[in-house]
Amino acid sequence: MNLYEPIHTPVVQPGAQADQQADSILDVRDLNVTFRTAAGTVHAVRDVSFSVRRGETLALVGETSSGKSVTCLGLLGLTPPAPYCTITGSARVTARDGNAYELVGTPERVMRRVRGGVASVIFQEPMTSLNPVHTIGAQICESLRIHLGMNVRSATDRAADLLNQVGISDPKRRLTNYPHELSGGMRQRVMIAMAIACEPSLLIADEPTTALDVTIQAQILELLEKLQAETRMAMIYITHNLGTVAEIADRVMVMYAGRIVEQADVVELFTQPRHPYSRGLIHSVPRLHSNRARKTPLFAIPGNVPDPTGHPPGCTFGPRCGHFEPKRCDAAVPVLQHAQPGHLVRCVRWPEIEGAM
Amino acid sequence: MPQNPLTSPLLQVEGLRKWYPLGGGWLGKPVQHVKAVDGVSFEIRRGEVLSLVGESGSGKSTVGRAILNLNPPTAGEVSFDGKPLVGLTRRQMRPMRRAMQMVFQDPYSSLNPKHTVEALLSAPLEIHMPELSLQQRRDRIDTVLKTVGLNPAHRSRYPHEFSGGQRQRVGIARALMTDPQLLVADEPVSSLDVSVQAQVINLLLELKQRLGLTMLFISHDLAVVGHISDRIAVMYLGRLVEIADAESLLNNPRHPYTRALMAAVPNLDPRERRPRELLKGDIPSSLSPPSGCAFRTRCPHAQPACANGVPELRVVDRNHATACIRDDI
Repeated sequence: MNLYEPIHTPVVQPGAQADQQADSILDVRDLNVTFRTAAGTVHAVRDVSFSVRRGETLALVGETSSGKSVTCLGLLGLTPPAPYCTITGSARVTARDGNAYELVGTPERVMRRVRGGVASVIFQEPMTSLNPVHTIGAQICESLRIHLGMNVRSATDRAADLLNQVGISDPKRRLTNYPHELSGGMRQRVMIAMAIACEPSLLIADEPTTALDVTIQAQILELLEKLQAETRMAMIYITHNLGTVAEIADRVMVMYAGRIVEQADVVELFTQPRHPYSRGLIHSVPRLHSNRARKTPLFAIPGNVPDPTGHPPGCTFGPRCGHFEPKRCDAAVPVLQHAQPGHLVRCVRWPEIEGAM
Repeated sequence: MPQNPLTSPLLQVEGLRKWYPLGGGWLGKPVQHVKAVDGVSFEIRRGEVLSLVGESGSGKSTVGRAILNLNPPTAGEVSFDGKPLVGLTRRQMRPMRRAMQMVFQDPYSSLNPKHTVEALLSAPLEIHMPELSLQQRRDRIDTVLKTVGLNPAHRSRYPHEFSGGQRQRVGIARALMTDPQLLVADEPVSSLDVSVQAQVINLLLELKQRLGLTMLFISHDLAVVGHISDRIAVMYLGRLVEIADAESLLNNPRHPYTRALMAAVPNLDPRERRPRELLKGDIPSSLSPPSGCAFRTRCPHAQPACANGVPELRVVDRNHATACIRDDI
């Protein structure tokens, strides 16, 4: 198959499902990702369902081993092959031309056209995700030539435009630079330029600012917001940093030990968090302007994230939860229930513990 | 020395410099220097937490390592409890290290994976307190493990059996084994999850109060620093740009760089989103820092006068000094 052939054959015909939620770019239903490891079976992602609309930013928040990154790697088919990793469920992404693609169980040759063309990703560490032996020009042009079938000259022109768009000055000269010649912030800008090169309808940003300095982090957040406003792409913003979530997200999904524990509009989540874990996370962030709180202990969630190979019975957060009630919380895994329209919470005690901290 | 041992500062740093030579080569003279730290002076009083804040490349970690003679400074004076440290040989330095210990950023790479916790924690005792018997050593390990919130039964475990937060507790326990007076903590919570980060910050605060520890806390996160510090020093490109009591610095920052750092801390209330105050560009290379004030290339308040000479720290308020020539910001 010719890789330079432009995308034109959708797997699912347009209009098949897409009209249910007209503006939905990504629809994930019951996604499960399971790894087979020497230490046992790891259910990294369990029963995750969500959707992202055009122009919307969904933040996926969680700590180490919450499954936030694996969710997105699984969607893009970047997890190890079977039998080491099994993915079930469905995930449908809609391209800009209205064609929908199923992402789960799709052959690699199709996924190759989806990645970068319809859905692209920015990783945390720009030094390891750029190839050190190619110029950044060559790396940006590669996806333009493969996905859009451009020739070298037009791809180079477009690459220079892209660098300009992400705020890199003197773009023509920068195209001939190698990654080591750029600062961390510049490298992340280059990664973003590569990711938006083919005008994807969905951008997945996996901790895009974690490796950067705070002043540079603010610049990158600003850039992502600007690009999203210009292109109306849907964005999944993965992070453990609640501060940046409050700044950039429209909706928030909190994950713990592979499951969604709470999902709500960003203002609602920060002002009325329902799940004890979300509450704990929000309260344990040190704040800049809290004179009275200074030098008093921070709120801390006791204990540690559970071992991925052996989760506690019932609610996985139970052993660390201040509201744990034997026989109720450890009886069965709580279901996601509607606390309010658009506000989902996975806790059996949420109505009782409201207001209490 | 005529100073009163109780009121004199525990650590005094005067004109500290750490330059790394570049170029030249075998028998050749270095062509340039990377001025990682270029003339830093401060003191830490007994029982106080001083934080060094700055972005990558500001030289904050280099200061921490130079103080402990892990990277001997190029020039300047460091005195600990009245005794000068610069120029000491390794052998002469050894007894001093008992009183000054370090906690590293990454508990994954700073603990030897092949040693049990007991071996990791008894190493400092074997070196600094060889007079202890095996039983005394074990008792001391148990006490310290309890102090940092670990179970004495964890003695025989290996580092990989712990989570990140627990590992950092082991790192802190190792630093506490010799009962030090000064703890240099280099980004001790940066690699930890948010919920665990709060646990470790609380532990450090508690240790400070219980053991009367003096601490140099190195971090890039002003919000964390605001929580733990008595005084805060802000570094940019190898120099201090502002140093003050924590309250004074956070309530009334004078240097434009300190303000920029504070503005970059995300606000946790999504209802109060406002336009970001962005700094232009990246930190300049410390190989060729801008002339005059090193921050002027990114500073929103820069004037032509900022290029004339490096601004010195000047006192603007009680216990508050800044290295900015402008008073009107």
